[in-house]
Amino acid sequence: MGVVTPLLFVGLGGVAGALARHLLGERVDARTGDTLAVNVLGSLALGAVLAAPVGEGAALALGTGFCGAFTTFSTFAFETVRLFETGERRRALASAAVNLGGALAAVWVGSTVAAAVW
Amino acid sequence: MAEDRAPTRLEPLALVAVGGFAGAALRYAVALALPGAFPWGTLAANGLGSLALGVLLYERRFADAVSAETRLVVGTGFLSSFTTYSAFAAETTALAGTGGPTLAAANVAANYAVGIAGVLCGRRVARWVS
Repeated sequence: MGVVTPLLFVGLGGVAGALARHLLGERVDARTGDTLAVNVLGSLALGAVLAAPVGEGAALALGTGFCGAFTTFSTFAFETVRLFETGERRRALASAAVNLGGALAAVWVGSTVAAAVW
Repeated sequence: MAEDRAPTRLEPLALVAVGGFAGAALRYAVALALPGAFPWGTLAANGLGSLALGVLLYERRFADAVSAETRLVVGTGFLSSFTTYSAFAAETTALAGTGGPTLAAANVAANYAVGIAGVLCGRRVARWVS
């Protein structure tokens, strides 16, 4: 596939993932957990993509590109630090735990469902 | 009216799209540059991206000299796409199978440590430049 084509697949998937995250963030209040929502939904989708019999290009565009860009670690880390330093320490610890537990469970559910369907 | 409003609606989307393309592509390139059984690429992207987002978002609190357009293309587009939670979660699950629970736990601890330390270092840098 060369070097340029995979980068294009990942990049174009990244465009869709970033736009979807941005549009969802505009509709969901940050206090209600838009970052948690994208991280769990994106992990569910990535688990399914990795377990489904898709080609290399689709795996790069959908998995590495779309799911990778739709979910975000930097925004999660920033929001967790902000919660902690504004005195909401329990919410900060809960955010750290729920993002992790939710994402790991979502990967498992996504891959289990995809493996059962195909 | 609709014609007047269209550019203001589309421009933010174009900025997020450009940043999203670059962020995802660079994350993939970093992962290719750091091969091996342990997911170093995602760890590097999450640490560096959290540091840079810390600078960008704390700069807003301290000085607010960066334009809203720059924040969209760099923060929402590039850095949020460069860093990833789903690949981190999937790689942790895979590590638990291939390397055992200790290596999986080490991956979680390492990503959380570099992410949070990155944001805190970014806050220092933002305060220093502001």
